[in-house]
Amino acid sequence: MSILIGSLTIGLILALLALGVFITFKIFDFPDLTTEGSITFGAAIAAILIVKGYSPATATLFAFLGGCLAGLVTGILHAVFKLNGLLSGILVMTALYSVNLHVMGRSNIPLLSELTLISHFESYAEADKDINIMGWLVPQKDLFVLGFVLVFTALIGSLLNIFFKTNLGVAMRAAGNNAQMIRALGVNTKAYMIFAIALSNGLIALSGSLLAQFQGFADVQMGIGMVVWGLASVIIGEALINTRSVGFLIFGAIMGSVLFRLLVAVALQWGMDPNDLKLITAIFVFIALILPGLLNKAENRKKLKKLQHAED
Amino acid sequence: MLKIKRVYKTFNPDSANEVRALQGISVNINLGDFVCVLGTNGSGKSTLLNAVAGTFPIDKGFISLNDIFLTKMPEHQRARYIGRVFQNPFSGTAPDMTIAENIALASSRGMKRGLSFALSANKMEEFIEPVSDLNMNLEDRLNEPIGKLSGGQRQALTLLMATWIKPELLLLDEHTAALDPKTAGKVIELTKKIVEKDQLTTLMVTHSMQQAVNLGNRILMLHNGKIAYDIQGSDKKHMRVNDLLALFDEVRRKEQVDESVAHMIKEQYI
Repeated sequence: MSILIGSLTIGLILALLALGVFITFKIFDFPDLTTEGSITFGAAIAAILIVKGYSPATATLFAFLGGCLAGLVTGILHAVFKLNGLLSGILVMTALYSVNLHVMGRSNIPLLSELTLISHFESYAEADKDINIMGWLVPQKDLFVLGFVLVFTALIGSLLNIFFKTNLGVAMRAAGNNAQMIRALGVNTKAYMIFAIALSNGLIALSGSLLAQFQGFADVQMGIGMVVWGLASVIIGEALINTRSVGFLIFGAIMGSVLFRLLVAVALQWGMDPNDLKLITAIFVFIALILPGLLNKAENRKKLKKLQHAED
Repeated sequence: MLKIKRVYKTFNPDSANEVRALQGISVNINLGDFVCVLGTNGSGKSTLLNAVAGTFPIDKGFISLNDIFLTKMPEHQRARYIGRVFQNPFSGTAPDMTIAENIALASSRGMKRGLSFALSANKMEEFIEPVSDLNMNLEDRLNEPIGKLSGGQRQALTLLMATWIKPELLLLDEHTAALDPKTAGKVIELTKKIVEKDQLTTLMVTHSMQQAVNLGNRILMLHNGKIAYDIQGSDKKHMRVNDLLALFDEVRRKEQVDESVAHMIKEQYI
Protein backbone atom coordinates (compact mmCIF):
# COMPACT_ATOMS: atom_id res chain seq x y z
CA MET A 1 0.00 0.00 0.00
CA SER A 2 2.85 2.33 0.84
CA ILE A 3 4.24 1.67 -2.63
CA LEU A 4 0.86 2.53 -4.12
CA ILE A 5 0.72 5.86 -2.25
CA GLY A 6 4.30 6.61 -3.28
CA SER A 7 3.55 5.81 -6.93
CA LEU A 8 0.46 7.99 -6.89
CA THR A 9 2.48 10.86 -5.44
CA ILE A 10 5.29 10.56 -7.98
CA GLY A 11 2.72 10.10 -10.75
CA LEU A 12 1.05 13.36 -9.77
CA ILE A 13 4.37 15.20 -9.51
CA LEU A 14 5.39 13.96 -12.94
CA ALA A 15 1.93 14.94 -14.22
CA LEU A 16 3.30 18.50 -14.28
CA LEU A 17 6.01 17.22 -16.62
CA ALA A 18 3.28 15.58 -18.71
CA LEU A 19 1.42 18.91 -18.89
CA GLY A 20 4.58 20.61 -20.13
CA VAL A 21 5.09 17.93 -22.78
CA PHE A 22 1.40 18.22 -23.66
CA ILE A 23 1.84 21.92 -24.50
CA THR A 24 4.82 21.45 -26.81
CA PHE A 25 4.10 18.02 -28.27
CA LYS A 26 0.30 17.99 -28.59
CA ILE A 27 -0.44 21.66 -29.19
CA PHE A 28 2.63 22.64 -31.24
CA ASP A 29 3.68 19.20 -32.49
CA PHE A 30 7.14 20.13 -31.23
CA PRO A 31 9.12 17.30 -29.55
CA ASP A 32 11.06 19.38 -27.08
CA LEU A 33 14.24 17.76 -25.77
CA THR A 34 14.94 20.72 -23.48
CA THR A 35 12.77 18.75 -21.05
CA GLU A 36 15.67 16.51 -19.98
CA GLY A 37 17.70 19.53 -18.97
CA SER A 38 14.94 21.71 -17.61
CA ILE A 39 13.53 19.11 -15.20
CA THR A 40 17.01 18.83 -13.64
CA PHE A 41 17.39 22.61 -13.81
CA GLY A 42 14.22 22.99 -11.73
CA ALA A 43 15.46 20.41 -9.22
CA ALA A 44 18.89 22.08 -9.05
CA ILE A 45 17.52 25.58 -8.49
CA ALA A 46 15.07 24.43 -5.82
CA ALA A 47 17.69 22.31 -4.06
CA ILE A 48 20.41 24.97 -3.91
CA LEU A 49 18.00 27.68 -2.76
CA ILE A 50 16.56 25.43 -0.06
CA VAL A 51 20.04 24.51 1.14
CA LYS A 52 20.96 28.21 1.17
CA GLY A 53 18.04 28.81 3.51
CA TYR A 54 15.35 30.24 1.25
CA SER A 55 11.77 29.17 1.92
CA PRO A 56 10.78 26.11 -0.11
CA ALA A 57 7.91 28.04 -1.73
CA THR A 58 10.31 30.71 -3.02
CA ALA A 59 12.72 28.03 -4.18
CA THR A 60 9.93 26.26 -6.09
CA LEU A 61 8.81 29.51 -7.72
CA PHE A 62 12.36 30.25 -8.89
CA ALA A 63 12.60 26.70 -10.25
CA PHE A 64 9.52 27.44 -12.37
CA LEU A 65 11.00 30.71 -13.62
CA GLY A 66 14.33 29.02 -14.39
CA GLY A 67 12.51 26.44 -16.51
CA CYS A 68 10.72 29.25 -18.36
CA LEU A 69 14.08 30.83 -19.12
CA ALA A 70 15.46 27.55 -20.51
CA GLY A 71 12.36 27.18 -22.70
CA LEU A 72 12.70 30.77 -23.83
CA VAL A 73 16.19 30.02 -25.16
CA THR A 74 15.01 26.90 -27.02
CA GLY A 75 12.08 28.86 -28.45
CA ILE A 76 14.33 31.65 -29.69
CA LEU A 77 16.81 29.19 -31.24
CA HIS A 78 13.94 27.53 -33.09
CA ALA A 79 11.65 30.42 -34.01
CA VAL A 80 14.09 33.29 -34.48
CA PHE A 81 17.29 31.54 -35.62
CA LYS A 82 15.27 28.89 -37.48
CA LEU A 83 17.22 25.94 -36.07
CA ASN A 84 15.58 22.55 -36.40
CA GLY A 85 13.29 21.93 -33.43
CA LEU A 86 15.04 18.80 -32.19
CA LEU A 87 18.43 20.44 -32.53
CA SER A 88 17.31 23.53 -30.59
CA GLY A 89 16.24 21.25 -27.74
CA ILE A 90 19.43 19.19 -27.86
CA LEU A 91 21.63 22.30 -27.71
CA VAL A 92 19.82 23.76 -24.72
CA MET A 93 19.63 20.37 -22.98
CA THR A 94 23.38 19.88 -23.40
CA ALA A 95 24.17 23.40 -22.26
CA LEU A 96 21.92 22.94 -19.23
CA TYR A 97 24.01 19.97 -18.07
CA SER A 98 26.93 22.32 -17.38
CA VAL A 99 24.61 25.00 -16.03
CA ASN A 100 23.07 22.50 -13.62
CA LEU A 101 26.48 21.44 -12.33
CA HIS A 102 27.37 25.09 -11.78
CA VAL A 103 24.07 25.80 -10.02
CA MET A 104 24.45 22.83 -7.69
CA GLY A 105 28.23 23.12 -7.29
CA ARG A 106 28.40 19.31 -7.29
CA SER A 107 26.50 16.50 -8.92
CA ASN A 108 24.14 15.71 -6.06
CA ILE A 109 22.49 17.75 -3.31
CA PRO A 110 20.75 15.85 -0.49
CA LEU A 111 17.65 17.51 0.98
CA LEU A 112 16.66 14.94 3.58
CA SER A 113 17.44 17.18 6.55
CA GLU A 114 16.10 20.38 4.98
CA LEU A 115 12.67 21.96 5.23
CA THR A 116 10.98 21.34 1.87
CA LEU A 117 7.39 21.75 0.69
CA ILE A 118 7.05 18.00 1.18
CA SER A 119 8.49 17.86 4.71
CA HIS A 120 6.41 20.93 5.53
CA PHE A 121 3.21 19.01 4.76
CA GLU A 122 4.55 15.90 6.46
CA SER A 123 4.94 17.94 9.61
CA TYR A 124 1.17 18.50 9.78
CA ALA A 125 0.68 14.79 10.34
CA GLU A 126 1.06 13.13 13.73
CA ALA A 127 4.41 11.38 13.79
CA ASP A 128 4.30 7.62 13.34
CA LYS A 129 0.50 7.53 13.19
CA ASP A 130 -0.83 4.99 10.73
CA ILE A 131 -4.22 5.19 9.09
CA ASN A 132 -6.22 2.13 8.22
CA ILE A 133 -7.40 2.12 4.61
CA MET A 134 -9.37 -1.04 3.79
CA GLY A 135 -7.17 -3.09 6.08
CA TRP A 136 -3.87 -1.56 4.99
CA LEU A 137 -1.90 0.55 7.40
CA VAL A 138 -0.60 3.73 5.75
CA PRO A 139 1.54 6.39 7.46
CA GLN A 140 -0.56 9.52 7.88
CA LYS A 141 2.26 11.76 6.66
CA ASP A 142 2.36 9.96 3.31
CA LEU A 143 -1.32 10.69 2.86
CA PHE A 144 -0.80 14.36 3.71
CA VAL A 145 1.92 14.60 1.09
CA LEU A 146 -0.27 12.84 -1.46
CA GLY A 147 -3.10 15.25 -0.62
CA PHE A 148 -0.83 18.27 -1.10
CA VAL A 149 0.54 17.03 -4.42
CA LEU A 150 -2.97 16.16 -5.61
CA VAL A 151 -4.31 19.63 -4.81
CA PHE A 152 -1.23 21.32 -6.29
CA THR A 153 -1.36 19.39 -9.56
CA ALA A 154 -5.14 19.81 -9.84
CA LEU A 155 -4.68 23.55 -9.31
CA ILE A 156 -2.01 23.85 -12.03
CA GLY A 157 -4.11 21.68 -14.37
CA SER A 158 -7.17 23.89 -13.79
CA LEU A 159 -5.18 27.08 -14.34
CA LEU A 160 -3.82 25.67 -17.58
CA ASN A 161 -7.33 24.68 -18.65
CA ILE A 162 -8.62 28.17 -17.91
CA PHE A 163 -5.67 29.71 -19.75
CA PHE A 164 -6.42 27.70 -22.87
CA LYS A 165 -9.95 29.09 -22.88
CA THR A 166 -8.89 32.75 -22.76
CA ASN A 167 -8.39 34.83 -25.91
CA LEU A 168 -4.63 34.42 -25.55
CA GLY A 169 -4.85 30.67 -24.91
CA VAL A 170 -7.28 29.98 -27.76
CA ALA A 171 -4.99 31.91 -30.11
CA MET A 172 -2.04 29.87 -28.85
CA ARG A 173 -3.84 26.61 -29.63
CA ALA A 174 -4.69 27.97 -33.07
CA ALA A 175 -1.02 28.89 -33.61
CA GLY A 176 -0.20 25.21 -33.11
CA ASN A 177 -3.17 23.96 -35.10
CA ASN A 178 -3.02 26.22 -38.18
CA ALA A 179 -0.28 28.86 -38.16
CA GLN A 180 -1.19 30.31 -41.57
CA MET A 181 -4.76 30.95 -40.50
CA ILE A 182 -3.95 32.61 -37.21
CA ARG A 183 -1.24 34.77 -38.77
CA ALA A 184 -3.88 36.06 -41.16
CA LEU A 185 -5.92 36.93 -38.06
CA GLY A 186 -3.11 39.01 -36.63
CA VAL A 187 -1.18 36.69 -34.35
CA ASN A 188 2.61 36.70 -34.19
CA THR A 189 2.94 32.92 -34.31
CA LYS A 190 6.68 32.95 -33.53
CA ALA A 191 6.19 34.91 -30.31
CA TYR A 192 3.35 32.60 -29.27
CA MET A 193 5.46 29.52 -29.92
CA ILE A 194 8.36 30.91 -27.87
CA PHE A 195 5.93 31.71 -25.06
CA ALA A 196 4.47 28.20 -25.20
CA ILE A 197 7.88 26.50 -25.06
CA ALA A 198 8.84 28.73 -22.11
CA LEU A 199 5.62 27.91 -20.25
CA SER A 200 6.07 24.22 -20.98
CA ASN A 201 9.59 24.13 -19.57
CA GLY A 202 8.48 26.16 -16.58
CA LEU A 203 5.99 23.42 -15.72
CA ILE A 204 8.64 20.75 -16.32
CA ALA A 205 11.09 22.51 -14.00
CA LEU A 206 8.31 22.84 -11.44
CA SER A 207 7.84 19.09 -11.68
CA GLY A 208 11.58 18.60 -11.21
CA SER A 209 11.69 20.83 -8.14
CA LEU A 210 8.85 18.90 -6.47
CA LEU A 211 10.43 15.59 -7.42
CA ALA A 212 13.71 16.60 -5.79
CA GLN A 213 11.88 17.69 -2.64
CA PHE A 214 9.88 14.46 -2.56
CA GLN A 215 12.74 12.04 -3.12
CA GLY A 216 15.03 14.10 -0.90
CA PHE A 217 17.81 14.96 -3.35
CA ALA A 218 18.59 16.66 -6.64
CA ASP A 219 20.87 14.82 -9.02
CA VAL A 220 22.42 16.05 -12.25
CA GLN A 221 21.41 12.80 -13.97
CA MET A 222 17.75 12.82 -12.98
CA GLY A 223 16.47 14.21 -16.31
CA ILE A 224 17.56 11.27 -18.44
CA GLY A 225 14.63 9.68 -20.25
CA MET A 226 12.11 12.23 -19.03
CA VAL A 227 10.93 13.30 -22.52
CA VAL A 228 9.85 9.76 -23.30
CA TRP A 229 8.25 9.51 -19.88
CA GLY A 230 6.22 12.64 -20.57
CA LEU A 231 5.27 11.42 -24.04
CA ALA A 232 4.10 8.09 -22.62
CA SER A 233 1.89 9.91 -20.10
CA VAL A 234 0.37 12.18 -22.74
CA ILE A 235 -0.27 9.25 -25.09
CA ILE A 236 -1.90 7.14 -22.36
CA GLY A 237 -4.01 10.14 -21.42
CA GLU A 238 -5.15 10.62 -24.97
CA ALA A 239 -6.11 6.97 -25.25
CA LEU A 240 -8.05 7.18 -21.98
CA ILE A 241 -9.95 10.25 -23.06
CA ASN A 242 -11.04 10.13 -26.63
CA THR A 243 -11.80 13.77 -27.33
CA ARG A 244 -10.30 16.95 -28.74
CA SER A 245 -11.56 19.12 -25.88
CA VAL A 246 -8.53 20.72 -24.29
CA GLY A 247 -9.86 20.44 -20.73
CA PHE A 248 -10.29 16.69 -21.01
CA LEU A 249 -6.90 16.34 -22.69
CA ILE A 250 -5.26 18.11 -19.74
CA PHE A 251 -7.11 15.82 -17.33
CA GLY A 252 -6.05 12.89 -19.49
CA ALA A 253 -2.37 13.86 -19.36
CA ILE A 254 -2.53 13.95 -15.55
CA MET A 255 -4.32 10.61 -15.37
CA GLY A 256 -1.90 9.19 -17.94
CA SER A 257 1.07 10.11 -15.80
CA VAL A 258 -0.45 8.56 -12.67
CA LEU A 259 -1.51 5.40 -14.49
CA PHE A 260 1.88 5.02 -16.14
CA ARG A 261 3.66 5.37 -12.80
CA LEU A 262 1.37 2.71 -11.32
CA LEU A 263 2.05 0.36 -14.23
CA VAL A 264 5.77 0.81 -13.71
CA ALA A 265 5.42 0.16 -9.96
CA VAL A 266 3.50 -3.03 -10.63
CA ALA A 267 6.03 -4.19 -13.21
CA LEU A 268 8.92 -3.54 -10.80
CA GLN A 269 7.01 -5.36 -8.08
CA TRP A 270 6.68 -8.35 -10.35
CA GLY A 271 10.41 -8.45 -10.74
CA MET A 272 11.14 -6.38 -13.83
CA ASP A 273 14.80 -5.38 -13.91
CA PRO A 274 14.85 -1.60 -13.18
CA ASN A 275 17.62 -1.30 -15.78
CA ASP A 276 15.11 -2.25 -18.45
CA LEU A 277 12.69 0.50 -17.47
CA LYS A 278 13.76 3.07 -20.04
CA LEU A 279 14.01 0.51 -22.85
CA ILE A 280 10.51 -0.72 -22.15
CA THR A 281 9.17 2.84 -21.89
CA ALA A 282 10.70 3.69 -25.26
CA ILE A 283 9.22 0.57 -26.88
CA PHE A 284 5.88 1.39 -25.33
CA VAL A 285 5.90 4.93 -26.75
CA PHE A 286 6.95 3.61 -30.16
CA ILE A 287 4.05 1.16 -30.23
CA ALA A 288 1.59 3.76 -28.96
CA LEU A 289 2.69 6.17 -31.70
CA ILE A 290 2.34 3.73 -34.60
CA LEU A 291 -0.72 1.88 -33.33
CA PRO A 292 -3.39 4.42 -34.39
CA GLY A 293 -1.99 4.43 -37.94
CA LEU A 294 -1.96 0.63 -38.11
CA LEU A 295 -5.51 0.36 -36.74
CA ASN A 296 -6.64 2.93 -39.28
CA LYS A 297 -5.08 0.94 -42.11
CA ALA A 298 -6.75 -2.28 -40.93
CA GLU A 299 -10.07 -0.46 -40.69
CA ASN A 300 -9.74 0.90 -44.21
CA ARG A 301 -8.83 -2.53 -45.55
CA LYS A 302 -11.91 -3.96 -43.88
CA LYS A 303 -14.10 -1.27 -45.41
CA LEU A 304 -12.55 -1.84 -48.81
CA LYS A 305 -13.20 -5.57 -48.58
CA LYS A 306 -16.80 -4.93 -47.62
CA LEU A 307 -17.17 -2.60 -50.59
CA GLN A 308 -15.72 -5.18 -52.97
CA HIS A 309 -17.96 -7.80 -51.45
CA ALA A 310 -20.99 -5.63 -52.03
CA GLU A 311 -19.95 -5.09 -55.66
CA ASP A 312 -19.57 -8.82 -56.22
CA MET B 1 -7.13 53.35 -51.48
CA LEU B 2 -4.67 50.52 -52.08
CA LYS B 3 -1.54 51.80 -53.82
CA ILE B 4 0.85 49.32 -55.40
CA LYS B 5 3.89 50.97 -56.99
CA ARG B 6 6.54 49.28 -59.15
CA VAL B 7 6.58 46.13 -57.06
CA TYR B 8 9.13 43.44 -57.95
CA LYS B 9 9.38 39.92 -56.57
CA THR B 10 11.67 37.16 -57.78
CA PHE B 11 11.59 33.74 -56.15
CA ASN B 12 14.80 31.65 -55.96
CA PRO B 13 16.95 34.33 -57.62
CA ASP B 14 20.07 33.18 -59.50
CA SER B 15 19.03 29.55 -59.56
CA ALA B 16 17.57 27.16 -62.08
CA ASN B 17 14.17 27.64 -60.44
CA GLU B 18 14.21 31.41 -60.67
CA VAL B 19 10.71 32.80 -61.08
CA ARG B 20 10.18 36.48 -61.79
CA ALA B 21 6.69 36.59 -60.35
CA LEU B 22 6.15 40.35 -60.19
CA GLN B 23 7.98 42.66 -62.57
CA GLY B 24 7.32 46.22 -61.57
CA ILE B 25 3.57 46.02 -61.19
CA SER B 26 1.73 49.28 -60.41
CA VAL B 27 -1.95 49.77 -59.75
CA ASN B 28 -4.26 51.86 -57.58
CA ILE B 29 -7.43 50.30 -56.20
CA ASN B 30 -10.09 52.77 -55.08
CA LEU B 31 -12.13 52.57 -51.93
CA GLY B 32 -15.08 50.22 -52.48
CA ASP B 33 -13.69 48.71 -55.68
CA PHE B 34 -14.43 45.02 -56.21
CA VAL B 35 -11.60 43.90 -58.46
CA CYS B 36 -11.34 40.52 -60.19
CA VAL B 37 -7.75 39.53 -60.94
CA LEU B 38 -7.36 37.24 -63.96
CA GLY B 39 -4.33 35.75 -65.64
CA THR B 40 -2.71 32.57 -66.86
CA ASN B 41 -0.80 30.27 -64.53
CA GLY B 42 2.37 31.97 -63.41
CA SER B 43 1.16 35.44 -64.35
CA GLY B 44 1.63 36.61 -60.78
CA LYS B 45 -2.00 36.78 -59.58
CA SER B 46 -1.53 34.98 -56.30
CA THR B 47 1.91 36.52 -55.78
CA LEU B 48 0.31 39.95 -56.04
CA LEU B 49 -2.22 39.07 -53.35
CA ASN B 50 0.43 37.53 -51.10
CA ALA B 51 2.65 40.60 -51.56
CA VAL B 52 -0.20 42.77 -50.31
CA ALA B 53 -0.94 40.35 -47.45
CA GLY B 54 2.73 40.27 -46.47
CA THR B 55 3.36 36.54 -46.82
CA PHE B 56 6.89 37.40 -48.04
CA PRO B 57 8.93 40.62 -48.26
CA ILE B 58 8.94 42.23 -51.71
CA ASP B 59 12.25 42.93 -53.47
CA LYS B 60 11.48 46.47 -54.57
CA GLY B 61 8.55 48.82 -54.66
CA PHE B 62 5.94 50.22 -52.35
CA ILE B 63 2.53 49.19 -51.03
CA SER B 64 0.16 51.31 -48.95
CA LEU B 65 -3.45 50.93 -47.86
CA ASN B 66 -5.44 54.04 -46.95
CA ASP B 67 -2.15 55.88 -46.38
CA ILE B 68 -0.77 53.18 -44.08
CA PHE B 69 2.58 51.93 -45.34
CA LEU B 70 2.45 48.17 -45.65
CA THR B 71 5.74 47.59 -47.48
CA LYS B 72 7.79 46.65 -44.42
CA MET B 73 4.98 45.69 -42.04
CA PRO B 74 5.01 42.02 -40.92
CA GLU B 75 2.15 39.81 -42.04
CA HIS B 76 0.45 39.52 -38.65
CA GLN B 77 0.30 43.30 -38.25
CA ARG B 78 -1.29 43.78 -41.67
CA ALA B 79 -4.05 41.45 -40.50
CA ARG B 80 -5.48 44.42 -38.62
CA TYR B 81 -6.50 45.95 -41.94
CA ILE B 82 -6.82 42.94 -44.22
CA GLY B 83 -9.22 39.98 -44.26
CA ARG B 84 -8.16 36.92 -46.24
CA VAL B 85 -9.66 33.75 -47.70
CA PHE B 86 -7.30 31.15 -49.16
CA GLN B 87 -7.62 28.77 -52.08
CA ASN B 88 -7.33 25.71 -49.87
CA PRO B 89 -10.53 25.42 -47.80
CA PHE B 90 -8.47 23.87 -44.99
CA SER B 91 -6.10 26.84 -44.73
CA GLY B 92 -8.51 29.35 -43.26
CA THR B 93 -9.71 27.54 -40.15
CA ALA B 94 -8.17 25.64 -37.22
CA PRO B 95 -9.53 22.08 -37.66
CA ASP B 96 -9.19 20.81 -34.09
CA MET B 97 -11.00 23.79 -32.64
CA THR B 98 -14.73 24.35 -32.55
CA ILE B 99 -16.67 26.59 -34.93
CA ALA B 100 -17.31 28.98 -32.04
CA GLU B 101 -13.62 29.11 -31.09
CA ASN B 102 -12.66 29.80 -34.70
CA ILE B 103 -15.15 32.65 -34.91
CA ALA B 104 -13.95 33.99 -31.56
CA LEU B 105 -10.42 34.06 -33.00
CA ALA B 106 -11.67 36.03 -35.98
CA SER B 107 -13.72 38.39 -33.84
CA SER B 108 -10.51 39.81 -32.40
CA ARG B 109 -8.58 39.94 -35.68
CA GLY B 110 -5.58 42.22 -35.32
CA MET B 111 -6.45 43.13 -31.74
CA LYS B 112 -4.56 42.47 -28.51
CA ARG B 113 -5.51 39.09 -27.08
CA GLY B 114 -5.68 39.11 -23.31
CA LEU B 115 -6.70 36.81 -20.51
CA SER B 116 -10.46 37.27 -20.70
CA PHE B 117 -12.48 34.24 -21.76
CA ALA B 118 -12.66 33.78 -25.52
CA LEU B 119 -16.21 32.44 -25.38
CA SER B 120 -19.14 33.52 -23.29
CA ALA B 121 -22.88 32.95 -23.42
CA ASN B 122 -23.28 36.44 -24.85
CA LYS B 123 -20.73 35.85 -27.56
CA MET B 124 -22.26 32.49 -28.53
CA GLU B 125 -25.55 34.33 -28.86
CA GLU B 126 -23.92 36.89 -31.17
CA PHE B 127 -22.46 34.12 -33.34
CA ILE B 128 -25.79 32.44 -34.07
CA GLU B 129 -27.33 34.98 -36.43
CA PRO B 130 -24.45 35.49 -38.87
CA VAL B 131 -23.82 31.74 -38.95
CA SER B 132 -27.46 30.91 -39.61
CA ASP B 133 -27.38 33.49 -42.45
CA LEU B 134 -25.02 31.10 -44.23
CA ASN B 135 -27.97 28.70 -44.62
CA MET B 136 -25.78 25.71 -43.89
CA ASN B 137 -27.41 24.60 -40.64
CA LEU B 138 -24.20 25.25 -38.77
CA GLU B 139 -25.78 27.39 -36.04
CA ASP B 140 -26.61 24.26 -34.01
CA ARG B 141 -23.10 22.88 -34.40
CA LEU B 142 -21.07 25.76 -32.96
CA ASN B 143 -19.39 23.46 -30.44
CA GLU B 144 -18.23 20.91 -33.00
CA PRO B 145 -14.65 20.88 -34.28
CA ILE B 146 -14.47 22.65 -37.63
CA GLY B 147 -12.43 19.79 -39.08
CA LYS B 148 -15.61 17.73 -39.33
CA LEU B 149 -17.16 20.12 -41.87
CA SER B 150 -16.98 19.94 -45.66
CA GLY B 151 -14.66 22.15 -47.71
CA GLY B 152 -17.54 24.36 -48.81
CA GLN B 153 -18.79 24.85 -45.27
CA ARG B 154 -15.30 25.66 -44.07
CA GLN B 155 -14.76 28.13 -46.91
CA ALA B 156 -18.07 29.87 -46.18
CA LEU B 157 -17.06 30.13 -42.51
CA THR B 158 -13.61 31.45 -43.47
CA LEU B 159 -15.30 34.15 -45.55
CA LEU B 160 -17.56 35.03 -42.64
CA MET B 161 -14.55 35.09 -40.30
CA ALA B 162 -12.44 37.26 -42.66
CA THR B 163 -15.19 39.89 -42.69
CA TRP B 164 -16.39 39.49 -39.09
CA ILE B 165 -14.65 42.78 -38.27
CA LYS B 166 -15.01 44.94 -41.37
CA PRO B 167 -11.59 44.81 -43.09
CA GLU B 168 -10.24 47.79 -45.04
CA LEU B 169 -9.30 45.30 -47.74
CA LEU B 170 -10.58 41.80 -48.49
CA LEU B 171 -8.24 39.40 -50.32
CA LEU B 172 -9.81 36.33 -51.94
CA ASP B 173 -7.26 33.98 -53.47
CA GLU B 174 -9.20 31.67 -55.83
CA HIS B 175 -11.35 30.84 -52.86
CA THR B 176 -13.78 28.73 -54.90
CA ALA B 177 -11.25 26.87 -57.08
CA ALA B 178 -11.09 23.79 -54.84
CA LEU B 179 -14.87 23.45 -54.48
CA ASP B 180 -17.37 21.54 -56.61
CA PRO B 181 -19.36 23.80 -58.98
CA LYS B 182 -22.53 23.84 -56.90
CA THR B 183 -20.73 24.71 -53.66
CA ALA B 184 -18.54 27.22 -55.52
CA GLY B 185 -21.71 28.94 -56.73
CA LYS B 186 -23.01 29.15 -53.19
CA VAL B 187 -19.76 30.62 -51.88
CA ILE B 188 -19.71 33.16 -54.72
CA GLU B 189 -23.28 34.23 -53.89
CA LEU B 190 -22.21 34.66 -50.30
CA THR B 191 -19.13 36.65 -51.37
CA LYS B 192 -21.31 38.99 -53.40
CA LYS B 193 -23.73 39.45 -50.51
CA ILE B 194 -21.05 40.21 -47.93
CA VAL B 195 -18.99 42.51 -50.16
CA GLU B 196 -22.05 44.50 -51.24
CA LYS B 197 -23.45 44.77 -47.74
CA ASP B 198 -20.31 46.31 -46.26
CA GLN B 199 -19.05 47.99 -49.45
CA LEU B 200 -15.74 46.16 -48.98
CA THR B 201 -12.71 47.00 -51.07
CA THR B 202 -11.95 43.59 -52.54
CA LEU B 203 -9.27 41.89 -54.62
CA MET B 204 -10.44 38.50 -55.89
CA VAL B 205 -8.14 36.22 -57.85
CA THR B 206 -10.13 33.85 -60.03
CA HIS B 207 -9.71 31.35 -62.84
CA SER B 208 -13.31 31.72 -63.89
CA MET B 209 -14.07 34.26 -66.65
CA GLN B 210 -17.72 33.90 -65.78
CA GLN B 211 -17.06 35.04 -62.20
CA ALA B 212 -14.96 37.95 -63.47
CA VAL B 213 -17.75 39.03 -65.80
CA ASN B 214 -20.53 38.68 -63.23
CA LEU B 215 -18.81 40.13 -60.22
CA GLY B 216 -17.24 43.43 -59.31
CA ASN B 217 -16.61 46.69 -61.11
CA ARG B 218 -13.10 46.16 -62.40
CA ILE B 219 -10.97 43.46 -64.00
CA LEU B 220 -7.18 43.31 -63.90
CA MET B 221 -5.61 40.90 -66.36
CA LEU B 222 -2.06 40.02 -65.37
CA HIS B 223 0.66 38.76 -67.63
CA ASN B 224 4.34 38.13 -66.84
CA GLY B 225 4.08 39.87 -63.50
CA LYS B 226 2.61 43.07 -64.93
CA ILE B 227 -0.85 44.33 -65.70
CA ALA B 228 -1.78 43.55 -69.30
CA TYR B 229 -5.31 44.99 -69.20
CA ASP B 230 -7.16 47.11 -66.69
CA ILE B 231 -10.88 47.10 -67.49
CA GLN B 232 -13.16 49.38 -65.50
CA GLY B 233 -16.22 51.60 -65.67
CA SER B 234 -18.61 51.00 -68.55
CA ASP B 235 -16.04 48.80 -70.32
CA LYS B 236 -16.29 46.38 -67.40
CA LYS B 237 -20.09 46.53 -67.45
CA HIS B 238 -20.22 45.56 -71.13
CA MET B 239 -17.52 42.95 -70.86
CA ARG B 240 -18.65 39.43 -71.82
CA VAL B 241 -16.85 36.12 -71.48
CA ASN B 242 -16.05 36.10 -75.22
CA ASP B 243 -14.46 39.53 -75.01
CA LEU B 244 -12.27 38.32 -72.18
CA LEU B 245 -11.28 35.23 -74.13
CA ALA B 246 -10.30 37.45 -77.05
CA LEU B 247 -8.09 39.52 -74.75
CA PHE B 248 -6.51 36.35 -73.44
CA ASP B 249 -5.75 35.25 -76.98
CA GLU B 250 -4.18 38.58 -77.72
CA VAL B 251 -1.95 38.28 -74.69
CA ARG B 252 -0.98 34.80 -75.75
CA ARG B 253 -0.19 35.89 -79.30
CA LYS B 254 2.05 38.66 -77.97
CA GLU B 255 3.84 36.07 -75.92
CA GLN B 256 4.85 34.04 -78.97
CA VAL B 257 7.24 36.76 -80.08
CA ASP B 258 9.69 37.82 -77.46
CA GLU B 259 10.22 41.46 -76.64
CA SER B 260 13.36 42.12 -78.66
CA VAL B 261 11.85 40.54 -81.74
CA ALA B 262 8.70 42.58 -81.27
CA HIS B 263 10.83 45.70 -81.03
CA MET B 264 12.73 44.82 -84.19
CA ILE B 265 9.55 44.16 -86.11
CA LYS B 266 8.14 47.47 -84.95
CA GLU B 267 11.26 49.32 -86.12
CA GLN B 268 11.22 47.73 -89.53
CA TYR B 269 7.54 47.81 -90.36
CA ILE B 270 6.07 50.79 -88.59
